Amino acid sequence: MTYETPMIHILLSRWRQGHRTLTYPKVVPRLPERFRGLPRIQAEKCPEGCRACADACPTEAIQLGPAGPQVNLGRCLFCPECSEACPEGAIHYSQDHRLAASTCDDLMVVPGEDYRRAHAMGAELKRVLGRSLKLRVVSAGGCNGCEVDVNVLGTIAWDLGRFGIQYVASPRHADGLLITGPVTKNMELALRKTYDAVPHPKIVIAVGACAIQGGPFFRQAEQLGGASSVVPVDLYIPGCPPHPLTILDGLLRFLGKLGTEGKRA
Amino acid sequence: MSNHALRAILNGQAVPLREVPELTLASFREAILEGTRGGARLACLCATPDLRLFAVLADDAEKRLRVAWARLPGTRYQALTPECPQAHLFEREIAEQFGIIPEGHPWFKPVRYHLPWSDLPSPWGRDEGSLPAVTDFFKVSGEEVHEVAVGPVHAGVIEPGHFRFQCHGETVFHLEIALGFQHRGIERAMLGGPHALSLKQAETTSGDSTIAHGWAYCRLLEALAGVEVPARTDRVRGVALELERMANHVGDLGALSGDVGFLPTASFCGRIRGDWLNLSAEVCGSRLGRDWLKPGGLHHDLNPAMATGLLPRLVKSWADTRDAVELLWSAASVVIRFEMAGRLEPTQAREIGLVGVPARACGVNLDVRKDHPFGPYRAHPIPASLAESGNVHSRAWVRWLELIESQRFLSEALEALAGSDPDPRAGPLPPLAADTLCVSMTEGWRGEVLHLALTDGHGRFARYKIVDPSFHNWFGLALALRGEQISDFPLCNKSFNLSYCGHDL
Repeated sequence: MTYETPMIHILLSRWRQGHRTLTYPKVVPRLPERFRGLPRIQAEKCPEGCRACADACPTEAIQLGPAGPQVNLGRCLFCPECSEACPEGAIHYSQDHRLAASTCDDLMVVPGEDYRRAHAMGAELKRVLGRSLKLRVVSAGGCNGCEVDVNVLGTIAWDLGRFGIQYVASPRHADGLLITGPVTKNMELALRKTYDAVPHPKIVIAVGACAIQGGPFFRQAEQLGGASSVVPVDLYIPGCPPHPLTILDGLLRFLGKLGTEGKRA
Repeated sequence: MSNHALRAILNGQAVPLREVPELTLASFREAILEGTRGGARLACLCATPDLRLFAVLADDAEKRLRVAWARLPGTRYQALTPECPQAHLFEREIAEQFGIIPEGHPWFKPVRYHLPWSDLPSPWGRDEGSLPAVTDFFKVSGEEVHEVAVGPVHAGVIEPGHFRFQCHGETVFHLEIALGFQHRGIERAMLGGPHALSLKQAETTSGDSTIAHGWAYCRLLEALAGVEVPARTDRVRGVALELERMANHVGDLGALSGDVGFLPTASFCGRIRGDWLNLSAEVCGSRLGRDWLKPGGLHHDLNPAMATGLLPRLVKSWADTRDAVELLWSAASVVIRFEMAGRLEPTQAREIGLVGVPARACGVNLDVRKDHPFGPYRAHPIPASLAESGNVHSRAWVRWLELIESQRFLSEALEALAGSDPDPRAGPLPPLAADTLCVSMTEGWRGEVLHLALTDGHGRFARYKIVDPSFHNWFGLALALRGEQISDFPLCNKSFNLSYCGHDL
């Protein structure tokens, strides 16, 4: 036998569960100690001729440049292979979650240089989209990793709506696309059609290693190597998958709502 | 079941290929038909590029897997599907991957819309320019009958797939599901492996089941390398898998509440799911368990201090979970909506070879952790959680029962891990055995995950086959929709919550 829940039970639950929306971006939430964020490279520790990190990287994300090893975050899966392979501890992941960049070139982490984080959209675009950004999400071969962490921003913990950002159910209602996945051949046409259906002016955000350069599938002929192979991309958010905080940091940075420290501007 | 023609093996046991019986095509066929008639399940049927067929029958009652193979005399053979419906998608897959034609297949269509790996032509005459999901959909005609097409891009944050409904008013006569949009070529990528990226590709086969697939891959390699994993390491892997189940089941129960408009549980669970994911992140740095496991051991151990620190968080997350989910069962409006939607019969479930939560929701008593126990589940068993009605309510209820069991397992495991020293770090695996077959299964939160590998003379993968539970279960969703209102599709879909990429590979 069932009966309707008395409202008092729901209210008591509501009281027990409490108010749980994060205070971000006023306060940056604590991330786990083992969280792998922006890689830090201490090239001065690198032994002469050593290429252990580059050889260990499964996605060829690390190249040896004049200043030492440099990591292409567009390729990086944030796995521990490079840091475990390094005999001198010269490469490790920091807890810095701020990874989004405006161009593919900016995704390169070079020793001794500041990482070039995403800048805000242009003034005219910001006038049109800055206070209300509606995104159509297209998964184009994503593994449901990026998808779930994009989706989680809509829950009460993150409450994406308070920033004026919303995922919408039609490209006609959207200001842009948020794309996950390496763009499988079988999704190319659907992605193109969805992009064409978004009214101008429109923006594109690539979330995750797959959508940037193909991720773990970058060698496969069944995919095209990321969103920019099909549509122009305005914002890249690295990770496999990126932490929700990294995604939100990217979106807010793009809207010009964050200061350099990753808190409210 | 008395099937002596096949070789019995255990889950995760490597066996030299010469010990796997080669049957004539006729006796291969008879062995599968006799086995499935006797209650075994066709866990895997696949082909190799040199035109051999391999079958894995799961004999759950005897806790054994039975394997055999047969050489195809040409590119055609008599389809098993008319007599063994469980084979339907496997036989279509074989045709698509290798151009082998199962004659007399009653529903002969592509699975993922790609061209054959070999030089043989596509059985459907497809070429480079052919588009996905362009096929002859089953059509109902008549007065007031209409067709609804949905996807591939859906109205939410969700993977792509195409759904064709044949409707009469609101009532769905038939639903046909065309997938393949997510096809990334994982099985082909594995050939010649293990490669540096193979673990990553296993983990992202279905990224919400990172541990279920990653663990199946690791056990496969360990068996082929002849490496035994220490019991403590196995316990940590069990924690990883059960945390994955907690997060996803909590998320599903919240999403189901949302789909019937019961917002308290929907809101609470959306957040609590994150609390469970954050427990995984505490151990391995990734909410989805990426790089937690590695072949031979763990990338990230769960040391006693960490286990001690996780215990109070487990208690808190479980208290929140109970509080949120118990609201559901006392709300008549929720229970009635759940009970009235998406019913599957146990006979249907058995015939089509359903696995995981939807199978157990029909009272079909199967769970890899119980039937083919692996890792910590031998010493610390988890019973199968069952319901009877086969509807949305049963699928939700099974998830709830499984949450209770997983929480118990986690609590005991963390207590034990808090009092024992970590195993030494595992080194690289020795080379894999040559000319060997291994089948490795885990019970992910969706159900049975199967990885099969055949190695060549150098111990490299000559064939790697992955069967995600979704591969068995998508057809179950199509059947569950028959006679339902089309407006209940989201609810029914959510109650299965199947993987697109796990199916598409």
